[in-house]
Amino acid sequence: MRSDTFGITVENISVTYSNAHLALYNASCYVQPGTITGLVGPNGGGKSTLFKTIMGFVNPNHGRVHIDGLSVKMAQKRQLMSYVPQSDDVDWNFPVSVADVVMMGRYGYMNMLRIPGREDRRQVAESLERVGMADFRQRQIGELSGGQKKRAFLARAMAQNSRVILLDEPFTGVDVKTEKRIVNLLLQLRDEGHTILVSTHDLASISTFCDRTILLNRTVLAEGTTADTFTEDNLSMTFGGLPLSSLPQVFSNPQRHYE
Amino acid sequence: MNDLFLSCPLFGLMPVWQWLIEPLQAGFMVKAIWVSAFVGVVCAVLSCYITLKGWSLMGDAVSHAVVPGVVVAYALGLPFALGAFVFGFGATVIIGYVKSQTRLKEDAIIGVIFTGFFAFGLVLATKIPSNVDLFHILFGNVLGISQSDIIQTLIAGSATLAIILFRRKDLLLFCFDPNHAKAIGLNTQLMYYTLLSVLALTIVTALQTAGIVLVVAMLVTPGSTAYLLTDRFDHMLMISVATSVISCVLGTYFSYHLDVSTGGSIVVLMTIIFALAMVFAPKYGILGQKLTRQIPLEQ
Repeated sequence: MRSDTFGITVENISVTYSNAHLALYNASCYVQPGTITGLVGPNGGGKSTLFKTIMGFVNPNHGRVHIDGLSVKMAQKRQLMSYVPQSDDVDWNFPVSVADVVMMGRYGYMNMLRIPGREDRRQVAESLERVGMADFRQRQIGELSGGQKKRAFLARAMAQNSRVILLDEPFTGVDVKTEKRIVNLLLQLRDEGHTILVSTHDLASISTFCDRTILLNRTVLAEGTTADTFTEDNLSMTFGGLPLSSLPQVFSNPQRHYE
Repeated sequence: MNDLFLSCPLFGLMPVWQWLIEPLQAGFMVKAIWVSAFVGVVCAVLSCYITLKGWSLMGDAVSHAVVPGVVVAYALGLPFALGAFVFGFGATVIIGYVKSQTRLKEDAIIGVIFTGFFAFGLVLATKIPSNVDLFHILFGNVLGISQSDIIQTLIAGSATLAIILFRRKDLLLFCFDPNHAKAIGLNTQLMYYTLLSVLALTIVTALQTAGIVLVVAMLVTPGSTAYLLTDRFDHMLMISVATSVISCVLGTYFSYHLDVSTGGSIVVLMTIIFALAMVFAPKYGILGQKLTRQIPLEQ
């Protein structure tokens, strides 16, 4: 294992929102360094809350999160963490270009005035190139397709060069081709030593690229390697009343065809 | 009627020249024009951030909340800008506190707090014997602006511009994606209060020109106009400043020639420019959108 990979430790997190809604109760899990870990659970099961707690956007009522012993705040100051938001959380009418957004990934490395240097520009160009968005760098972000939007924000995380990347529902609203493309990028990033946590309710793709899986419904119900964890019993426990027949492709394709 | 006719700058070059030059022979007009142009710049720059952040209502709140501060400051012989800033910023802090402690929605809290402050200011202004002219606070009085008021306007405005210039990228990031700002280790709490205090400072700057009732227009309209015309933030800033300064300068002229309220004519001009942009903006105007929508239909 590389020395600069980081794991995420979640210890007994409980989150209650101000409207008294209990989003997470006593959730604990460990995201192993240098893996792609899938976070799976029903809508309203607390996936986004867990993400926001890990990123420090939401303060838990109980419990704590640390990144190999570092507090989240310290980890963020050291540019160890990045977050690719859900499409719904972005103001796509904002007057910024793709290049502007990716450059925002570099702000943490710049001085107070955020004037980009040669290295910042190089990282931005390289990230745009890797996600295949170099030709769209001057586009206003609202003029992109669903898949291009995801890739632009993934490029921002790559430009930040953070060791831990969280992606919130990266596959909603993208076509199969784009999904494969994003998955390939995630596999590359993992092989470079990044730790990647992906929340998704696209169960069909989990076993194709996630090394490990965490099943979440108000609390962590199961975690481990995808082969051990992603079982019919565990899924029916996680999704409760949902009939498993509504998830037909899950077990049909266990091999990893993105490699 | 005759007055209106003569003041209209559309009859040949000579009258236009006279229309522009004649007011400048009065010292108060020279002052009024450059002060309102300066205020126009400050408001226009901030309005880009306020529009994008969705804080227009907050601007309205702060502008009304400064009234008791102005009255108290005059009563105590302090600079009006100080009192206005303390109360304006204080109101936003109280709004934030009430929001964190109750289940009320933010617009309700803003409505309660700013009208409360404003009413308190009215009570004070009518009780405390002072030479505060309530009408001037409400609607501005740039034609009669005093030297000390100019100095306070300049200080508040320069401070605003300096803070925005220094933090412009972080503030823009904060408006666009506060979560990312936090994720790269920036202090978003500090940015929130920076933007609020800059908002309060801008309102202090514009108080003498537009008055508290109209200041929100100067804080929202130029940015909104520019937002309809461009997809790039630096262009948005330039358009916002240009429309704002043109409105402020021409508005002051109209106010002189037609003998009407200065703040009023500035805001009327801004609104006209906004309406033009709303209809004719190439991409986001009503006409432009109609045209682009028709193309796929015809094919």
